[in-house]
Amino acid sequence: MQKNIIKLSIISLIVFIIGVFFIGLNKSSIYDTKDLVGQKITNIQLDHFSENRIITGEDLKKNDFTLINFWASWCAPCRDEHATLLKLNNDEKNLKILGVNFKDKKNNALKFLKDLGDPYDDIARDEFGKYSINFGIYGIPESILINKDLIIIKKFIGPISKNDYNFIKQIVRKQ
Amino acid sequence: MKIKIIIFLIILNLNVVNAETSLVDSNKIFKNLRCLVCQGQSVGDSNSEFAQTIKLVVRDQIKEGKTEKEIYEFLIEKYGDWIVYKPPLNKVNFVLWLFPYLVFVAGGTIIFLFLKKRDNH
Amino acid sequence: MLSNIGNTLLSLNILIGISIIYFSFKNLNNNKILIGKKIYHLCLFQSTFIIICFLTLVSAFIVSDFSIITVYQNSHSLKPFLYKISGTWGNHEGSLLLWAIILTIFSFFFLFYNKYHPKNYRIYSLIIQNILILGFLFFLLFNSNPFSMVSPTPKEGLGLNPILQDPALAIHPPLLYVGFVGSSIYFSAAMASLITNYSGKLFAQSIKNWVLISWSFQTLGILAGSIWAYYELGWGGFWFWDPVENASLLPWFAMSALLHSLIVLEKRNLLYFWVIILCLLTFILSVTGTFLVRSGILNSVHTFANDPSRGLYILIFLSLMIFASVLLFFSKFKNNSYNLNSNSKETFILINNWFMIFYLITVLLGTIYPIFTEVLTDHKVSVGPPFYNAVIIPIVVIFLFFMSVGPRIKWIKNKFYNLNLLFKILIASIFINFFIIYLFQGYSLMSNFIIISALFLVFASLMDLYKSLKKQNIELPRVISHLAFGFLILFIGLNYNFSIEKDFNLKVGEKKVFENYSIEFQNLQLEDFKNYKAVIGEFNISKSDENLNQSLYPEIRIYEKPSTITYEASIRSDLLKDYYITMSNIDRSEYYNIKFQKKPFMMWIWISVIFISLGGFLRFFKNAKKYY
Repeated sequence: MQKNIIKLSIISLIVFIIGVFFIGLNKSSIYDTKDLVGQKITNIQLDHFSENRIITGEDLKKNDFTLINFWASWCAPCRDEHATLLKLNNDEKNLKILGVNFKDKKNNALKFLKDLGDPYDDIARDEFGKYSINFGIYGIPESILINKDLIIIKKFIGPISKNDYNFIKQIVRKQ
Repeated sequence: MKIKIIIFLIILNLNVVNAETSLVDSNKIFKNLRCLVCQGQSVGDSNSEFAQTIKLVVRDQIKEGKTEKEIYEFLIEKYGDWIVYKPPLNKVNFVLWLFPYLVFVAGGTIIFLFLKKRDNH
Repeated sequence: MLSNIGNTLLSLNILIGISIIYFSFKNLNNNKILIGKKIYHLCLFQSTFIIICFLTLVSAFIVSDFSIITVYQNSHSLKPFLYKISGTWGNHEGSLLLWAIILTIFSFFFLFYNKYHPKNYRIYSLIIQNILILGFLFFLLFNSNPFSMVSPTPKEGLGLNPILQDPALAIHPPLLYVGFVGSSIYFSAAMASLITNYSGKLFAQSIKNWVLISWSFQTLGILAGSIWAYYELGWGGFWFWDPVENASLLPWFAMSALLHSLIVLEKRNLLYFWVIILCLLTFILSVTGTFLVRSGILNSVHTFANDPSRGLYILIFLSLMIFASVLLFFSKFKNNSYNLNSNSKETFILINNWFMIFYLITVLLGTIYPIFTEVLTDHKVSVGPPFYNAVIIPIVVIFLFFMSVGPRIKWIKNKFYNLNLLFKILIASIFINFFIIYLFQGYSLMSNFIIISALFLVFASLMDLYKSLKKQNIELPRVISHLAFGFLILFIGLNYNFSIEKDFNLKVGEKKVFENYSIEFQNLQLEDFKNYKAVIGEFNISKSDENLNQSLYPEIRIYEKPSTITYEASIRSDLLKDYYITMSNIDRSEYYNIKFQKKPFMMWIWISVIFISLGGFLRFFKNAKKYY
């Protein structure tokens, strides 16, 4: 009797492990931070791009919603999302877009905005990229949608797509 | 007598053992962090943009006086558990850390009982 | 044309495999004592055809026949000749062909060299092995065919990743496959042994040389992989507990346990069912490792390109293997009475097994744990070097002591009369450790224990070496392997504690000074080579307290086909240490990120592993001389 229990438990264990492997096959092994939502961003301290001041969390609390977009002139996919950003800035009055210029040269950044348009309500500068870590950024373009209380609603890894645009529209107009 | 000699020598050795420095070792932290944009490399071993930025931030935090634990907690909060190579000891990872030692103790017990049974024959 | 030849040979081998199984069953039921000549001939044809099939693929690579997809995806006409050849198995499909060769050749030789063992046992081994062969041939022909064609024929290939164009990596798969693919033969033999109730000393004698060969090659294969990682990957380390590395280590633990248990089975006719479990486990772990690495289920530094259908096929194959072996084992298991003396060598071999299983479970758990957390809790965790080191190293300390004592214990009732000697060796080890700390620098408590226990094993083995050279007895292979293992742990411990690593940014003309080292970035040059452009930095290392003046030349290589950038470390080795520099550019800056490392005793780490496997080869040759 005891032997049968041992045999049964061994077989169940093997079935369980193989089952997990089967399911695991369908999961992607590439990691992303999309699920890190719902937290509050603290300790926001960004150098303003042109003016001699610091953008803090207090500034962002004034907005109903803020889309913080990390970009640079040397980043090719950033160009792809630029039109969408312009549209968002134009259409959505509840949404303010804060652009964070990441590891870039001022002249190149300004030229980029001149050529493609400026969708940003405000622009900050992260010269060495250090401040982006506080936002959980690991590549650009990357954007974070936060609400009035500085809570992360959604993270967008890569350029903002049409689906992302619709999602943002939906959230922002709920008020 | 022999045991006393061994203990004496061990104490002699321990006196010369390098005391764990209170300085936080940046290299050790870099090796424990996973580069998110690389395929299986630590921040210490990677030269990617992301790795270089993380190194800057970690060095700053060490200067500010943060402990190793605090730095990991900060990065885990921003990037998830995946970013550290040493799985944190929580309810979920309990199994991971404990199971090998359970197996070790179980194995030892089995052998011990085995031999005891034989000796009693 | 080459593609047709290859496909024909594969299909032919499937037919031959089926015929072998058919005729084997017929042979089982007839009354003859010997195995029919037909089967030998079929096996010979099987081996010949698979070798020709493999050579066909090699030829396709040599002549750069890009009509074949595998050649197109993994080769290029400008690739150096040697790497065209090794490119054959440097990809998923080609390496499966290598699997097929090892499975087939081992099948034939096992049949041939087991002439003095019972017919039915040999027949069943052949049948099981051929089922495995057929499984892989089907996989080859229908899912991962190295001979599939692409039309129209591309003018040029996509090229092989330059970091794979390395001599150590070229021999790494063949060495490993003789190791863990070779373990298939004692998997089949174990199944056959269960079916025919052929157990005990004779069974042990049947498989022991196969275990020895596969273990020795597995050791060398793991070494080749580590050497490649050290020289090519540019991080200065040689072991990362990466899933691919763990996949090669798991069968090695099982093989080591098996190696030792076979000694008990042969000498004392004990532990039969445990030996069977280990035989089955080794190959199961080999296929599991293959699954983990090729299915894309795990994220790793050296994954092959991934395709979910591969993973599915391998998993199904693995599941069938596991269920068949487990069910067979359960049906045949008998609870024997054991005759073990607690105070004898058998106990220590059991202890060896106990530790090997611990290492195995730890490495297996660490490797597959992320899969479980993701499937069960949708949460991703990483399990890396800090986990493995923290869990395994303390246990290794104890293991080394057992390793020193065990071989000295006699088979029957041992008297601990050499306890005095062991005590003296312990004192010597502690003293040497003390001197190391005193003369150089101290290290952590755990490192102290590791170095003391490693020294203990080294001294104990040196005494055994002296005794065994005087007496010219058969202990020499064991002594060499154990001694080398002690040295390995010792050198790894010293290397880990006395390595220096410095990460800094420098631009041309600048100098970095730290401790008593001075590193000057003297020059930067651009050079054109056959298939890449190189940015070569010249660094001069000098030391204030030594007459040291070394120049190192790390490179950034820009390849075009395929378009990749690699970072080539510059390494200066001598018997005492390696100096290691890598250089990488920082985007949009004239500064370069420099990593300088001093790594003591690297050469000795490689040499120790070679000697570990040498012990295995030595024992194999001694056995072969005796029996053949």
